[in-house]
Amino acid sequence: MQYFHSVRLDEEKCLGCTNCIKRCPTQAIRVRDGKARIISNRCIDCGECIRVCPHHAKRAVTDPLSMMDDFRYKIALPAPTLYGQFNHLLDVDYVLTGLIDLGFDSVFEVSRAAELVSDYTRQLMRENKLKTPVISSACPAVVRLVKVRYPDLCGQVLPHLSPMQVAARLAKEEAIRQTGLAKEEIGCFFITPCPAKVTDIVSPIGISQSWVDGAFSIADIYKPLLEKMEQVKTPRPLSKSGIIGVSWANSGGESAALIREQYLAADGIENVITVLDQLEDERLTELDFIELNACPGGCVGGVLTVENPYVAKARIQRLRKYMPVSLNHVNGSVSPEILEWDGELEYTGGMQLSSDLVEAMRMMQEIDALEKMLPALDCGSCGAPSCRALAEDIVTGSGARLNDCIFILRKEASSLGVSLSDHPADRGRIHPTEEQNDDGKNAQ
Amino acid sequence: MSSSSVQPIVQLYEVPGNDFTRAGEASSKVKGILKKLGYDPDAIRRVSIAMYEGEINMVIHANGGIARVEIFPDRVEILLSDQGPGIADVEKAMEEGYSTAPDEVRALGFGAGMGLPNMKKCCDEFRIDTAIGKGTDVYMIIRVRGSKS
Ligand SMILES: Nc1ncnc2c1ncn2[C@@H]1O[C@H](COP(=O)(O)OP(=O)(O)O)[C@@H](O)[C@H]1O
Ligand code: SF4
Ligand SMILES: [Mg+2]
Repeated sequence: MQYFHSVRLDEEKCLGCTNCIKRCPTQAIRVRDGKARIISNRCIDCGECIRVCPHHAKRAVTDPLSMMDDFRYKIALPAPTLYGQFNHLLDVDYVLTGLIDLGFDSVFEVSRAAELVSDYTRQLMRENKLKTPVISSACPAVVRLVKVRYPDLCGQVLPHLSPMQVAARLAKEEAIRQTGLAKEEIGCFFITPCPAKVTDIVSPIGISQSWVDGAFSIADIYKPLLEKMEQVKTPRPLSKSGIIGVSWANSGGESAALIREQYLAADGIENVITVLDQLEDERLTELDFIELNACPGGCVGGVLTVENPYVAKARIQRLRKYMPVSLNHVNGSVSPEILEWDGELEYTGGMQLSSDLVEAMRMMQEIDALEKMLPALDCGSCGAPSCRALAEDIVTGSGARLNDCIFILRKEASSLGVSLSDHPADRGRIHPTEEQNDDGKNAQ
Repeated sequence: MSSSSVQPIVQLYEVPGNDFTRAGEASSKVKGILKKLGYDPDAIRRVSIAMYEGEINMVIHANGGIARVEIFPDRVEILLSDQGPGIADVEKAMEEGYSTAPDEVRALGFGAGMGLPNMKKCCDEFRIDTAIGKGTDVYMIIRVRGSKS
């Protein structure tokens, strides 16, 4: 199976340091031959490595604004997080009018779709139709994490499309009705705070074909949009959502929209993992809704935003002040079925040693033995996030070797009578390449 | 490949009695190992719950102890052994809701008296050996459902 990832490495900028390997929540990064490599089936596109890389060598692939030209009718789908990026903004319509002036034919706020998802979730929970505690499916990085690590929790993930996909579907169907154009001639563009959403466009969760055609990062659209917004004299009355939809940008917003008390909202990937671990052990049974966002503060903390998450949050709070509570409800005009996934979330794994249990046990014993030979420093110089991870890489045959560990290499060298210099210029030799695998020779 | 040809994976943990904040660490490590092995999810769930409850009991009722876990392809065997006060009336202790937990741990949400009954529910074999003033051994076996014993 092929995995698409929006998070990529810029080889030229990567210095092969250990920042990202240490911080990746799924241990999906290794440094090999002096460059970071992402292990595809473990990556959840959370963007944590983009956040920590001091050399800006990790980036998210988003679409260029020029992609709009490929479609006859272009629709902007702004994430509510976008509204938190602008200083002194008192009216969302400035942002929406600015988007029209930028060349979009129409806008469909993702917050409208968020209100529909909230309304439908409220309804299903009232009728006790969902397995509790229900886990939100709004953050695709979290949903992918559940897919690779939590087999037991897959059935508890809210089986609804993300507001982004719902917005795109409703916007596209409306545009087809109004313009008479074919589906292919209409382009829906999500204005995204994060790489995880981009991945959810290329390989969507819960449906086979994405309704969204492209993604522009908030960071990319920020400047041209701001220029247009500054020229807006009288904004057009375009906004059709309220407090509930806009609040989805912040951690806790989706939960508050359910108007229930027994919820938990956690943000930041480490916290998310802690909560999922506890859920898996059935330690949070008194709760009925779990909102999880990979980013600190919620989507306002996405890596493709420009403003500090807490500043953005405060701004959104101020913006909400004169808004109606909610303007979108599932009823006759929107049938609830279109919000639903085609099926339950499927566990894909990706963390196990082997699909054969006995084989996995043998491997684990080998890993245990190898780990005992390593210095337990977890220094990262070998390119793996911990000594244990190196042992695992060796046993799983992913190309790592025991003397990738500089301490082992030193021991080997000194037993051959050569001394390894401590000079930083020798760092490259920590990762001997295939051609130069005679370590004694390298060390001279 | 016959499953008898592989040695069990044996893990030993010391469960400290003096640091309440570290309770639950051993069971979460075991869970991590089982997941890495691709173990049956239902068995992982039962092991996690049973061992977690037993570990907590050693911490709050017995001032800590040791946990020995053996992982076989078809089952997990767990021995929790402490040198605490022992359990005077095991039958009573097994009742749902019975608890002698002190107030300070109740404030953290422990002491509902459901630990032992839940442990038993999770296990295929469950035995308590206890002696007043000497300590308690809890012995548990969790089998992978559908595999023969
Ligand atoms: N390892 C142990 N050593 C001594 N007493 C124990 C031990 N485990 C359980 N008990 C006794 O059994 C009772 C019931 O245990 P349990 O069902 O786990 O409830 P709880 O831990 O909430 O009190 C405890 O309150 C305690 O009196
Ligand atoms: S919290 Fe929001 S911004 Fe961050 S990864 Fe999840 S969906 Fe994207
Ligand atoms: Mg207990």
